[in-house]
Amino acid sequence: MNNQPNLTIERSSVELTKEDFVSDQMVKWCPGCGAHAILSSVANVFPKIGYRKENFMFVSGIGCSSRFPYYVNTYGIHGIHGRAAAIASGVKIANPHLSVWMATGDGDSMAIGGNHFIHIIRRNIDVNIMLFNNQIYGLTKGQYSPTTPMGSVTKTSPQGTIEHPFNPGELVLGAQGTFFARVIDAVPRLMTEVMFEAAKHDGTSVVEILQNCIIFADKTHDTVTNKEHRDDRTIVLRNGEPMIFGKDKNKGIRLRGTKLEVVTIGENGITEDDILVHDAYQQDPGIHLMLAKMAYPHYPVALGVIRSAMYPTYDDLVEEQISYAKANGKIKCVDDLLNSGDTWVIS
Amino acid sequence: MVKTKSKIIQRDAVVVKFVGDSGDGMQLTGTLFSDTAALAGLDLATFPDYPAEIRAPHNTIAGVSGFQVHVGSKKIETTGDQCDVLVAMNPASLKSNLKWAKTGATLIVDENAFDDAALKKSGYTENPLDNGSLSGYNLVKAPITQLTREAVKPLGIDNKSADRSKNMFALGMMYHLFDWDFKSTFDFFEKKFKNKPEVISANKAVLQAGLNYAETMEALSSVFQVSKAKIAPGRYRNITGNIATAWGLLAASERSGRPLFLGSYPITPATEILIELAKHKSLGAKVFQAEDEIAGITSAIGASYTGSMAVTTTSGPGLSLKSEAIGLAVMTELPLVIVNVQRGGPSTGLPTKSEQSDLYQALFGRNGEAPVIVVAASTSANCFYYAYMAAKLAMEHMTPVILLTDGYLGNGSQLFRIPKVADLPAIKPPIAKANDPDYKPYRRDPATLARQWALPGTEGLRHRVGGLEKEDVFGNVSTDPLNHQKMVDLREAKVQKVADFIPEQEITGEKQGDLLVVSWGGTLGPVLEAVEEIQAEGKSVSHAHFNYIMPLPKNTAKIFDSYKKILVCELNSGQFVNYLRMTHPAHQYLQYNKVQGLPFTVSELTKVINQTLEEK
Ligand SMILES: Cc1ncc(C[n+]2csc(CCOP(=O)(O)OP(=O)(O)O)c2C)c(N)n1
Ligand code: SF4
Ligand SMILES: [Mg+2]
Repeated sequence: MNNQPNLTIERSSVELTKEDFVSDQMVKWCPGCGAHAILSSVANVFPKIGYRKENFMFVSGIGCSSRFPYYVNTYGIHGIHGRAAAIASGVKIANPHLSVWMATGDGDSMAIGGNHFIHIIRRNIDVNIMLFNNQIYGLTKGQYSPTTPMGSVTKTSPQGTIEHPFNPGELVLGAQGTFFARVIDAVPRLMTEVMFEAAKHDGTSVVEILQNCIIFADKTHDTVTNKEHRDDRTIVLRNGEPMIFGKDKNKGIRLRGTKLEVVTIGENGITEDDILVHDAYQQDPGIHLMLAKMAYPHYPVALGVIRSAMYPTYDDLVEEQISYAKANGKIKCVDDLLNSGDTWVIS
Repeated sequence: MVKTKSKIIQRDAVVVKFVGDSGDGMQLTGTLFSDTAALAGLDLATFPDYPAEIRAPHNTIAGVSGFQVHVGSKKIETTGDQCDVLVAMNPASLKSNLKWAKTGATLIVDENAFDDAALKKSGYTENPLDNGSLSGYNLVKAPITQLTREAVKPLGIDNKSADRSKNMFALGMMYHLFDWDFKSTFDFFEKKFKNKPEVISANKAVLQAGLNYAETMEALSSVFQVSKAKIAPGRYRNITGNIATAWGLLAASERSGRPLFLGSYPITPATEILIELAKHKSLGAKVFQAEDEIAGITSAIGASYTGSMAVTTTSGPGLSLKSEAIGLAVMTELPLVIVNVQRGGPSTGLPTKSEQSDLYQALFGRNGEAPVIVVAASTSANCFYYAYMAAKLAMEHMTPVILLTDGYLGNGSQLFRIPKVADLPAIKPPIAKANDPDYKPYRRDPATLARQWALPGTEGLRHRVGGLEKEDVFGNVSTDPLNHQKMVDLREAKVQKVADFIPEQEITGEKQGDLLVVSWGGTLGPVLEAVEEIQAEGKSVSHAHFNYIMPLPKNTAKIFDSYKKILVCELNSGQFVNYLRMTHPAHQYLQYNKVQGLPFTVSELTKVINQTLEEK
C-alpha cells in the first residue's frame, strides 16, 4: 500500500502547525458537544498530511455538523441541506489538485442527501467524508433521524420511532464504498489516525464518527462508547493485526461457517491462531460488511479502518479521458469546432 | 417512359413537410433535403416533429414522425405555418398532418402503404386516396414501396431491406421538384455507409429512381424555382438551437480562460446540450451526468467556486428542482449559467412541445429575495450568442444567469454564419490576485457591484462562502438586521446594474406610431414576419423583441412611451406582459396568448395585429 498522500496535490514547502488551520470565527456548538473534539482532531491532522494549506477545501450541507467549514481556516463552502456530496463532487472533478473534505450529519447525508451520498460513493470520487452520526437532527432541535435506534422517543416520535435505522457502514458498502472507518468523538487519537488514513485513500472515504449531541440525544452511543465498558464492547481494527479486544485482550473474532463469532482465547481450545486477521485492503467486501454490521450486544462495535480497497477514482478517470481527448482529438479549439463537419461559403 | 417538359414556378419561399411512421427515416430525409437546399444557396429553417413515444405501434398516429423545412430566397424567419408540399409515407401520417397542408398543396403519398390494415390503424374508414376527399389538393399517388423494391432488385436486395430506402425514393422526387443537384446526398451515402457498399448502391439507385419517376409524372410537371437568398457573405453551416447553445458555452469558456464544467441530468428537450458537450473533452470540457437535477446544479456550484465556468442545463421540471440551489448561487455570488430549454408544463406537461411558460419560474421561482439575470435566445442560431452572453454576464457580474430557450429553438435548425472566436466580445472575470492584502470575500467593484472570484489553491485568499447571510465586505456569517437589508439591496442592485452593460432595445419599424408589438424569446420568427407583412401594407406598426429580460434594457420605458397601443404576444397566459405591468406600470398593455404547445402562426398574428389596429 502506498504510504503517501495523494501525489497530484501540491505539498507544503513549510512545516505547518495546528494554528495554520484555526479560523477566527467563534465556534458556536453547545459546550460539551462532540463536534468540538472532531474540530480539534482535524486541526491536528491537517498539518501532518503535508499539503499546502491553500489546497485544503471543506464542503458541508446544513446541520450543526455542517457549520464545520466556518471553523477551519481553509477554502470552504457551507452548502444547502443534503447537497454537500454533490457540491464536493463538483469541486473535486473541477480541481483534482484540492484535498476535499466534507462535514455532514446523519440527516444531511442519509435523509435529504441520501441520493448524493450513495452516488458519490458509487463513483468513488476522492472526497473525505466526515459523517457526524449523533443519531438525531441537532440543528432543528431533536427530531429523529435515519440512524435513530428503533423505538427512540424524540420530539417527532413521542411513542418511539417505528422505522429501522440505517447502519451507515452497511449503506456505504452497499453503495460499493472503497473506504469506511468508524471512530468515537471521545477518542481523539484514533480519530486523527483514521483521518490520516482517509486522506491517504484515493477515492471516497467515509469516516463515521459516533458523536454525542449533549442536548437532544445525550449518551445515545453510551452503551457502547462509555469508558467503563468501551474495551469490551468495541474492537479497534488495524490492518494485519488479529481481531482481539476486551479489557483483558482475551476476546476475539473468528469466522465460523458464514458468520462471525466472538470467542474467548484460552477457552474451549481457542488460540490466537483461530482469530481473524484484519485485511482492510482486500477487494472483496464480504468480511468488511460483516464487520461493519457488528452491533452490541452480540458483537463488539468495529472501530478503525474497516475497509480501504483500491479502485480507480472518478476524478482520475475524468483527467485520463480529457488528456486522451486532448492528445488525440481533432478539435483543438472552438474555431475548429465551429468549422467542423458540413460548412460552405456564401460570397 | 416519356419525360414531360417541366413548367417552372418562381417562388421566394416553399415549405416542405416529410411525414411517415417512426421507422420511415423522415428525420434523415428532412436533414438531407435541407442540407441540399443550403448548398443551393437558400436560406432555411427546419423543425423536427418527433412522436412522444419511443416505439409507438407501427402505422398509428402516435407513431408519426415529421420534419418540416422552410426554404427561401427571402430571409426565412420561421419554419412556416403550413406546407406547400406534404410527403406522407403512410395513412396515419397523412391523417395527422393534412391540417398542416395549404389548400392546393402538393401531396405526395406512397399509395402502396394505404392497405386495409394501415388505413384501419390510422382510423380511416375508407381510403382517402380514392374517395375524392383530397380533391382540393394536387394529389400525387406514387407506388413508392413497389418502385423502391424494383429499383434494387437488380442488386439482389430483398424486399424487407429495400423498404428501408423508401424515404430516398421520396427524396429523389423532391430533388426533381426543386431541380436540385443530388451530389451532396450521394456524398453523404459514401461517407455514412463507408463499409457497406451494397447500401450505398441501393440508396443511390432508389434516389435516382425517385427522381426519374417524378420527371415522368404529370402532376409534378411544374417545378419550383427558388433563387438564391441574399445572405451576408461568409462561411455557413446548419445548426440546431441546442448545439448552438453548447457551442456558445464552449466559446465563452475558451474566451474567458475558465474551464467549462457542466453538471446536468437528462431531460427532454435539453438533453442534446449535455450530449453535445460530452463530446468535447478535447476542449477540456468536464461533463458530469449527475444523479438528479439538484446534483447537477450543486456540483456546478462547487465547480464554480473552484474557478470553472459552471453550467447546468435542464427543462422546466428540472428548473423547479434547482430552485433552492439557485438561491445558494445568488447568496454565494458565484457565476453560474442555468439553461432552461422550456417545454409545455406544468408538471411533466408536454415534454416534446414548446412553450414560454417558465418565465415566472425563471424570474421569481425561489425563496427569499433572490434576483437573477434572465436572458432569452430568439432563434436557433442566436442560441450561440445568448449562451455566450449568459456566460459572460455570469462571470463578469458574479451571479447566476438563467438562459431561456425552448423546444422549438432547441430542436429546430437554421443557417448559422460561423463567427471567429476572437471576434466575440472579451470576457474578463474578476479573479482575485494571490496575497492581495486588500482581498475581502464580499468587497465589490463599484461599476458592477460584483465581488471577486478567489480560487482555491491561491495563496493568501482562503475564505468561506455559504448559504447563510454574509456580513457586507468581510463575508462572515451575520444575522444583523441592517446588514441583511443592505445585502438584499446590494444583490438586487448588482443585477439591475447589468442594464449598464447590455445593448439598448432595438425596434423594427418606425420609432413611434399606432401600435408596438412586443414579444420575447423563441417567438421572434412568426411575430416579426407578421409585423413585416402588415408594415408592407403601409400600416403603422412596429416590433420590439426582447432578449434581455432581467434586467430589461434601459430604454424600454422610452420605447413604450412612443406608441398609442402596446400588444404583447407570448406562448403562455401572460407572464411577460404581467412582468411589464409590474416593472413599467405607467403603460397600458394589450395581450395575445396561446398555450397549446404550438408556435404562433403568422396568419393568426396578422389577424390579431390587424384587429388591434382597427379597435378604437
Ligand atoms: C431544504 C431544507 N429542509 C430542511 C431544513 C431544516 N434542517 C436543517 S438541519 C436539519 C437536520 C440536521 O440533522 P443532521 O444532518 O443530523 O445534522 P446535525 O444538526 O445533527 O449535525 C434540518 C431538517 C433545511 N435547512 N433545509
Ligand atoms: S444541538 Fe447537539 S449537535 Fe448541535 S451543537 Fe448542540 S450538542 Fe452539538
Ligand atoms: Mg445529526
